[in-house]
Amino acid sequence: MLLYILKRVLSAISVVIVTLVASFALFFFAPTDPAGVICGPRCTPERVADIEASLGLDQPKVEQIALYMKGIVVGREYSTGGVVRHCDAPCLGYSYTLGQPVTKLIGAALPVTVSIVLGGAVVYLIVGILSGTIAAQVRGTSLDRFVVGTTLVVQAIPYFVFALLIALYATFLPDSGYHPFLDNPLTWASGLLAAWLTIGVTNAASYTRYSRASMIEALGQDFVRTATSKGISRRRVVYRHGLRAGLTPVVTIFGIDLAFQLTGAIFTESIFNLPGLGLLTLRAFGQYDLPVLMGGVLIGSAVLVVMNLVVDIVYTFLDPRVRLG
Amino acid sequence: MSDQTTGVPQTVSRVPRAAATGEEAYLEVTDLQVQFPTADGLVRAVQGLSYSVPLRRTLAIVGESGSGKSVSSMAVLGLHDRRVARITGSIKVGGREVVNMSDKDLEGFRGGDAAMIFQDPQSSLHPYFTVGNQIIESYRAHNNVSKRVAKARAIDMLGRVGIPNPSRRVDQYPHEFSGGMRQRAMIAMALVNDPKLLIADEPTTALDVTVQAQILDLIADLQRDFGSAVVFITHDLGVVAEIADDILVMYAGTAVEHGPVNKILGEPLHPYAWGLLESIPALTGEPQPLHPIPGSPPSLLAVPSGCPFHPRCEFKDRVPDDWCTTLRPDLIPRTADLGRTSRCHLKDPDKVFETEVLPRLP
Repeated sequence: MLLYILKRVLSAISVVIVTLVASFALFFFAPTDPAGVICGPRCTPERVADIEASLGLDQPKVEQIALYMKGIVVGREYSTGGVVRHCDAPCLGYSYTLGQPVTKLIGAALPVTVSIVLGGAVVYLIVGILSGTIAAQVRGTSLDRFVVGTTLVVQAIPYFVFALLIALYATFLPDSGYHPFLDNPLTWASGLLAAWLTIGVTNAASYTRYSRASMIEALGQDFVRTATSKGISRRRVVYRHGLRAGLTPVVTIFGIDLAFQLTGAIFTESIFNLPGLGLLTLRAFGQYDLPVLMGGVLIGSAVLVVMNLVVDIVYTFLDPRVRLG
Repeated sequence: MSDQTTGVPQTVSRVPRAAATGEEAYLEVTDLQVQFPTADGLVRAVQGLSYSVPLRRTLAIVGESGSGKSVSSMAVLGLHDRRVARITGSIKVGGREVVNMSDKDLEGFRGGDAAMIFQDPQSSLHPYFTVGNQIIESYRAHNNVSKRVAKARAIDMLGRVGIPNPSRRVDQYPHEFSGGMRQRAMIAMALVNDPKLLIADEPTTALDVTVQAQILDLIADLQRDFGSAVVFITHDLGVVAEIADDILVMYAGTAVEHGPVNKILGEPLHPYAWGLLESIPALTGEPQPLHPIPGSPPSLLAVPSGCPFHPRCEFKDRVPDDWCTTLRPDLIPRTADLGRTSRCHLKDPDKVFETEVLPRLP
C-alpha cells in the first residue's frame, strides 16, 4: 500500500513536470509581447529591451525553462530597474503586470476558490445524493418523475445563466464577497452563500441523476435482497447496504469533478466578484501575464493528479476487494 | 415413515382433502397467487399453489426456470415489493399469516422465524462488509445483545457450519472466502437466529459437485440439530433424492405433482414428471440419446388454457372431450394412494407409466 502510494506520487510528479514543460513551451514560444504590454503604448525600444532583460526574456528559451524550474526548487532573483528582488522557492516567477510573486498571488486566490468549491460541493452532495436515493426508492412514481424532470430542467439552464439569475433575483442573500475564514467564519460563509447556492444547485442535478441510477442498480443487487431477508428495517437496508454500494461510483465522479472545479470556477468568481484562481488566470490571460498563467496551469495539473490519487486511495477503503500493491 | 404421515393437505377447497395425520404443518401455503402487472400484461408467476411442510421435514420444490419456484418462496418471506407484486391466498408460518403482514411484523418475522439461503453466495453477501459483520447484523436484528456477544455467536455459528479457524475468518470479507466457504457463511447467517423454517433457493447451483455434496450434508445435519422445516428449491433431481422427504413438482406457476420423494422419483403420475425423468442421462451402460421434453415452458403472460402442460404433452389424445385444452385439472389423488396428488386428466396414469414410460427410462 505504502509502496503503491509512493509510486503513484512519483508518477504524479512526473505528470505535473511534463505538463509544466509543455505549457511553458506553448506560452513562451507563442508570439506574445509581455514587455510591450508592461511598457504601454508609448514605449521606446530601449525600454522594452531593458524590461525583457530584467524578466529574462532575452535568454534562449531552453535557458528560460531551466531558470523557471530552478526557481521552483531553490528560488531565484529578479532585477527590475536596478533593484534586485529575491523570490523564494517555490518561485513561480513574477507577475509582469501586478509586480508580485506568482506564489503570493496564487496563495491569496487559492483559499477563495477552495472555499467556493468545497462549500458548493457540500450543498450538491447532500441535495443530490439524498434526492437521488429517494427517487431510486420510489422509482416509477410521480415523485420520481418530478425529481428527474426537475434535474432535466436545471441541467438545461446554462450554468452562467443560473449564476446571473441568482445574482439578479436572490437579493435577499447577503452581499457576496470574500472574507477570510480565520477572521470571521460567519462573514466568510455569508459572503460565499450565493456562490455556494449556484454551484450547489447546478451540480445537484447531475448528482441526483448519478445517485439515482447508481442506487437503482444497488437496490436490485442480490445482497440487498439478502439484507431484507435478515429482518432489518427498510431504512437500514437502503442506507446501510444499498447506499454503501451505490455511493462508490459517485465518489469517483466527485473526485474528478472537484478537481475540475478547483482549477477555476471562472463564471462563479466573476459574477459574484470573488478573487479566486479563475479570475486570476482569466485576467492574466488578457494581459499576457505568462508567469501567472503558468502558475494556474501548475496548480490545475497538480490538483488533477492529486485528486485522482486521492480517489484511488479512498476507493480501497470503500471497496475492500480493491487491494493496492 | 408411513405414507400417512406425509399425506399433507395441499388441495384447493373444492377437492376432498387428504387427512393430515402426521405432525402439524409449520408452513402452510394455501391457494397462493403471485402476479406482476407489467407493460406487456399480467405475469401470472404463481397460480393457486398449495402445500405444507411440518417441522423436521424437507420439501423439495422442483421445476424449470420460470416455473414459479423462487417467486413462491420469496413470497413466503414477504420479499416481494408490494408495489410491484400482487399476492393473494394465504401463507401461514407457525400460525401467522404472512400475506398482508405489516412491514413492522415482517421485519421481526424475516430472519427470525424464517430464513433464506440464496443461490449465489458471491452476489448474495455484501461485498463491502465482513462476513462477521453481516452475521452480527442478522443476530442483533432479533436479539438485544451487545456487539461482543453477537460476535461470539457469529464465531460459534461459523464453526458449526464447518469453517476452519472461525475467529480469524469472522473478520474477513466475502471475497476472501472460497465459493463453498461463502455458502457455509451464508448458511451460518441464515441459521444464526435458530429459524424454524429454512428456505434454500438452489443453494448448491453455483458450487462445484464435491462442494455441493458437503453443503447438502451440512444442511441435512443442521436441520436435524435445529429441527426446522426446510423448503429446498432446486432443478437437480439428484439433489432431491439426497435431501428431500417430499417433492412438489411445479410447472407454469402451479403444482403438477406432490408426494413423498421415493414415490415421485420412482413412479411419477404426471407426464411432465415423466419427461423430467427421461431427460436424466444414464451414467451406466451404453450411452443413449436423451429424451428432452418437446417444446419450451409457456410464457407466464399467456399461460395455455386447460392443463398448462397440454401443448407439450404426448398423452393428451388419451383424454376425452378436449379436457386437456379446456379444463384445468385439479391437484388430487389419482390412484389408491391418497398421500400423493397430481394435476392430470389421465384416467390411469400409474398404468401408463408402468407400460409405456418405464421401459423407455434408462
